[in-house]
Amino acid sequence: MALAKSSGEDAVAPAPRQASVFGLAVANRGVLWGGALLAAMALIAAVGPFFTGDATALNPIQRLKPPSAELWFGSDFLGRDIFARVVAGARISLAVGVAVAVVSIAIGLLLGLVAGYIRALDAPVMRVMDGLMSIPGILLAIALVSLSGATLMTVIVAITVPEIPRVVRLVRAVVLTVREEPYVEAAIAAGTRTPLVMSRHILPNTIAPLIVQATYICGSAMLLEAILGFLGAGIPPEIPSWGNIMSEGRTYFQISPWIIFYPGIALAATVLAVNVMGDGLRDTLDPRIARKM
Amino acid sequence: MLRYILMRVVATVPVMAVVALFVFLLLRLSPGDPAAVIAGDYATAEDIVRIREQLGLNEPLPIQFVTWIGLLLQGDLGTSIFTNLPVTTLIGQRIEPTVMLTLTTILFSVAVAVPLGAIAAWKAGSLIDRFVMLFSVAGFSVPVFVLGYVLIYIVSMKLQLLPVQGYRSPWDGLGPFLAHIALPTLTLSVIFIALIARMTRASAIEVLQEDYVRTAHAKGQNELTILTRHVLANAAVPIVTVIGIGIALLIGGVVVTESVYNIPGLGRLVLDAVLARDYPIIQGLILFLSFSYIIINLLIDISYAFLDPRIRY
Repeated sequence: MALAKSSGEDAVAPAPRQASVFGLAVANRGVLWGGALLAAMALIAAVGPFFTGDATALNPIQRLKPPSAELWFGSDFLGRDIFARVVAGARISLAVGVAVAVVSIAIGLLLGLVAGYIRALDAPVMRVMDGLMSIPGILLAIALVSLSGATLMTVIVAITVPEIPRVVRLVRAVVLTVREEPYVEAAIAAGTRTPLVMSRHILPNTIAPLIVQATYICGSAMLLEAILGFLGAGIPPEIPSWGNIMSEGRTYFQISPWIIFYPGIALAATVLAVNVMGDGLRDTLDPRIARKM
Repeated sequence: MLRYILMRVVATVPVMAVVALFVFLLLRLSPGDPAAVIAGDYATAEDIVRIREQLGLNEPLPIQFVTWIGLLLQGDLGTSIFTNLPVTTLIGQRIEPTVMLTLTTILFSVAVAVPLGAIAAWKAGSLIDRFVMLFSVAGFSVPVFVLGYVLIYIVSMKLQLLPVQGYRSPWDGLGPFLAHIALPTLTLSVIFIALIARMTRASAIEVLQEDYVRTAHAKGQNELTILTRHVLANAAVPIVTVIGIGIALLIGGVVVTESVYNIPGLGRLVLDAVLARDYPIIQGLILFLSFSYIIINLLIDISYAFLDPRIRY
């Protein structure tokens, strides 16, 4: 990253607009509202569990109680406080979303740079990505989790794998366009070494689209984590993730629908915030793609 | 034309090969002894030996792969460990509800999303446009199963209009079939409508700026004809492409929707197999669904040549 930043001082690199972009992005309503809601959710995830009480404490007397003044979101079949569980679940959901976004961007960026810049490796890498993209993400994730045993770590890996090809395609497309730019040709003609061309002239161009892509991946990873939990193929059931809470609520849905509704609302609101922020970022950071969508 | 179709068909072969290799390696390269993983926590040593034998895990990897591909090319997707039935037979038993749900969803989504997207593009910036855009962002954010339960709660439990769960075959009467498939279709359609409406709007906006649209306006053609004849006809290729890509999304959604509505389709088959660790079924189904996806997209690729006469190969 240090290298990417130094491109600001480089006479040929197209980077000086970066300083003003942050201000522009915040001025966008989507970024502002989505970011604010997300920040609130992150705050709740960080400090909430210290105030809500134990998310796993059993209380058989108050089983399946509807929402009330004491139990804001009601209780489940073991008398656990749904509100405390939803707050605790926010941690899992956000952690999975961010982890998947970071890891898949990192791996995808590396593979995309390789495929886009080294011609001999382009076809093999892209054929593998095409194959990976043809396997429906949920199925791939279910298979990966069921084979390697369900832990937080394997769930993150299982959600990351299907996200990688999209990042590779994006980065490769950027590299292929930028590689033909006169300033890159000039750098190569001036004898700049390949790693330096990559880090100074090509990498900075991938940052804006990757930030946008990262928000979308974060949103879809949170959805996929909840789906895996809901289907019983996710994080171990004793951990109160949103998907797990809803999965446990399935049997009691006809008498206690709140067990599914409240975590569902929390999940939908968080993913909506991420997506709205992503759309806003896309409009400000990447107007070229914005015009197409 | 024939050459183009042939080239497209040939181009899918390496993709299918990569999928097959990936699915093959999934079991073999997973950490630990796959036979032990499949057998589960309560398996005896004999169970593990039997499963290892049944899956041919004692052979060297390349030989396993060749044997497996050979069987695959003959249409053999393996045999279920627990029911001892061929995976193809199991797929045959469960495929109807899944195909029906997929078809009703595609038909309903396209019927709703294309007009929505076209109107949004035509009235870009208006209230309708903003509503469509808002819907398309929200559609991507609401989890399929939460939406399913909300619909069951409102339509089936509170209003008691439709049955809560289950599936009826259309061959046993169209009424019960529609009553049972309506909510699952609506549930699964939301994300698909969001996707298609967005793409329709985007490509229609581009076409609306073309000279021939202005000419059509100038010669006084009515708006509806312009929108269908000129705009949608020319915006068709990206719309059809996104429908094809969206099939992957749909297949994932089917697994979840079938689980919410208790529909005995392929999605439920996968889940039951995961819970029972019946790996040949999981493997066979991933292959079957991925290949279906690749073939559908191949057909869509070929359809471009008919949709857009400008495309020459």
